[in-house]
Amino acid sequence: MVTAPMALDALELARWQFGITTVYHFVLVPLTIGLSPLVALMETLYLRTGNEQWRVATKFFGKILLINFALGVATGIVQEFQFGMNWSEYSLFVGNIFGAPLAFEALLAFFMESTFLGLWIFGWDRLSGRLHNLCIWMVALGTNLSAAFILAANSWMQHPVGAVVNPETGRAELDGIGGFFAVLTNSIFLHAFAHTIASSLLTAGALVAGVSVWWMVKAARAKQDFEARQTWRRMTRFGAVTMIIAGLLAAGTGHAMGQVVAKEQPAKMAAAEGLYDSTEGAPFTLIAIGNDEDSTIRFISVPYLYSLLATNNPNAELMGLNDAQEMYEELYGEGADYTPNVMTTFWSFRLMIGLGSLSIAIGALALWLTRKDRLITDKRLGTAALWSVGLPFLACSFGWIFTEIGRQPWVVVPNLGDPMSEVYMLTLNGVSPVVSAGTVLASMVIFTLLYAALGVVWFVLLRRYVREGVHTQTKESVKAVEKAGAEGTPAPALSFEY
Amino acid sequence: MTLSILWFILIAILWVGYLTLEGFDFGVGMLLKILGRDERERRAMLKAIGPHWDGNEVWLLTAGGATFAAFPEWYGTLFSGAYLVLFIILLCLIVRVCALEWRPKINSQRWRDTWDWLHTISTWLPAVLWGAAFANLVQGMKIEVVETATGAVVPASEIGGELVRGASHQITGGFFSLLTPFTLLGGVVTCLLFLTHGALFIALKTTGELSSRAEAFARRTGIASTLVCAVWALWAQLIYSLNALAWLPLVLAAAGLIASLWMGWQGRQGWAFALHFAGIAFAVVFIFSAMAPNVMRSSINDAYSLTISQAASTDTTLIIMTVAAVIFVPVVLVYTVWGYKVFSRRINAKEINPDEGGLHPTKVRDSLQPEAAIGY
Repeated sequence: MVTAPMALDALELARWQFGITTVYHFVLVPLTIGLSPLVALMETLYLRTGNEQWRVATKFFGKILLINFALGVATGIVQEFQFGMNWSEYSLFVGNIFGAPLAFEALLAFFMESTFLGLWIFGWDRLSGRLHNLCIWMVALGTNLSAAFILAANSWMQHPVGAVVNPETGRAELDGIGGFFAVLTNSIFLHAFAHTIASSLLTAGALVAGVSVWWMVKAARAKQDFEARQTWRRMTRFGAVTMIIAGLLAAGTGHAMGQVVAKEQPAKMAAAEGLYDSTEGAPFTLIAIGNDEDSTIRFISVPYLYSLLATNNPNAELMGLNDAQEMYEELYGEGADYTPNVMTTFWSFRLMIGLGSLSIAIGALALWLTRKDRLITDKRLGTAALWSVGLPFLACSFGWIFTEIGRQPWVVVPNLGDPMSEVYMLTLNGVSPVVSAGTVLASMVIFTLLYAALGVVWFVLLRRYVREGVHTQTKESVKAVEKAGAEGTPAPALSFEY
Repeated sequence: MTLSILWFILIAILWVGYLTLEGFDFGVGMLLKILGRDERERRAMLKAIGPHWDGNEVWLLTAGGATFAAFPEWYGTLFSGAYLVLFIILLCLIVRVCALEWRPKINSQRWRDTWDWLHTISTWLPAVLWGAAFANLVQGMKIEVVETATGAVVPASEIGGELVRGASHQITGGFFSLLTPFTLLGGVVTCLLFLTHGALFIALKTTGELSSRAEAFARRTGIASTLVCAVWALWAQLIYSLNALAWLPLVLAAAGLIASLWMGWQGRQGWAFALHFAGIAFAVVFIFSAMAPNVMRSSINDAYSLTISQAASTDTTLIIMTVAAVIFVPVVLVYTVWGYKVFSRRINAKEINPDEGGLHPTKVRDSLQPEAAIGY
């Protein structure tokens, strides 16, 4: 088999495969990152206060966490291996730098996550309560650490700091030991990490609150006032407070990140705003339709707002796509279209912000409706709450679509702060030369079908567990548990065994 | 000793970790339908690996990540060239995770049986494929140095000891070039080794009938796996190996497997498993010893072989990685060993209630009717 120069279709397919695996993986990941510390906190509250309701919550949300964790782990393996499989030229070019955070992630985070999760699932009757609780805190630490390392790697693709190209081999290499610290203190990385963790907590909070509102309505309508109040109202407020704090942090870090991106990846941000010509006092356009400068239809443009958001100065000049194209041509050669797909970038950016904001508002509404001991009893609100769980998941997906599509045509975006650096790569140069389009297509189709099938099972399982709820809580039942505890029979186990 | 050689050794150690540990949980999965005669026994087997399989799998992710970082050229060439093999392994690993984690979530025999079948398939396949993949590393593959821009093969005469700028090592032979009698036998070796390994683990981790059945099974497969392993290893050492030094791990691996067999016949389950563990570990060391100084050997022309020093990252990257490894590998080992200690008790299948566990597939709890607070 002689390798011809890469045909476009193998490239397109490899890109599709990367998109599908990444977005799919990141439907599951935010919930794991966000829910593991929340479940850990629930267990801590149970151990500290002895309140039966926190044990019930730990058990209920712990099972949801485990169902989700499985598929997150399963799809994560593909994430790591596909760089070598589909993007071998990229791997050769960046391995010196990009590989290290991946290795660190496995060594520092994955071992911790999986070992302590195993201990948490099976260890309730072998470990003391506090040690058992420590295990799930370690899982939470592991998931968040893994986010840090993989985001350090991705942020380096967006903004390759601390690197030089070795003229002999043509490979990107770390610029001394300091280069590695530059990778770990990359401005994009620090913002992306804060933004991702906050968004993940928002997602997990939304799940806790949404499911709890639905159950609160059910319990209240079945005249189970104790359960509605003690179990579900409590968890609704727990989830909603998480949503508001995390949501505001996500918005704040997102805003700050946008400013960094506008500086380091001007074409990405210009596409996100549909800005073609460099403009002073650039507007923020709410709606734009069309991928082309002349035929784009715009509604509701607020002048000065984009400049204000991106630079804190309403009159600042921001680079448009045409000038970005010229600048890149000058620096990195003509013959390439340096503009990402404008509509995808524009709309994924807006949907991320819109759906995320909507989710925060719903959290605030849930908090308001349950003020001063109030319960939510309206059936329609219960249904709406359950549906609203999906919003931050979608926002997270659109966030990654924006980040990765906006990076195009680069797989390693040139570092504008260091225009002489040769550390950059076009996506089309990163693909594996030996892998034929047919191979990528076959693997993509099979992966996608498998993902779809497992996605259905995942959803059915989550739905089944949500609908089961918890063992009915009444004043008497809780008293019975407490009495048994006082007589030396411990509360029912917090075990999740096979 | 240069840093690149140190990392070659460390990568070998990561693979030792992966194949010795995941080897037994693959084996248990492969035997789920063979040794596990009823739901109680199958569940006991799954409980035995339950707390551990996920941590075992991380050795693979670490080996992958460390290869990417320490030997980018090796990672890129191998993973793109052995695409289909890795693709099937990935599919199996995905399905297996779900089969392990989701099986207990619904209380229905049909549901559990479905996952058990998927579990069986998704452990047998990688058990064979891993062996075939490593046999390819020993045997060499159809590798050429190809110019990235033009797709033209660089003549072997133009290649010195260094990488050629603008060109990369590529497995140009395609999938079927990876299947030879030698590599297929390698697949049989890992398959049999994992079977024995899993049976020895079950013998050690359970009680009663299941334990003795597993023990008897391991005695039989142990003979087969040791014999096939010996044939393959001698074939590898006499025909393909580049180092006389590789005889040492080969002999140690043989000693481990034979001693494990002998201990198995004595009924000493702990020793039998530990020695089998050592046998697999030395077998992996043998594979890497036979490969050195190449990480990937070209069967087309030796000039196209990718050597340790060619494939290696810069010293800067390797120093950072070394510091991380020196600090964190011991930490990982400490809590991993602790995890095994916590669950060192044997599992009695008779104590398992097969009717419990998970939710009814369709019948939702008659919610919100007060009941006695037991169980949930």
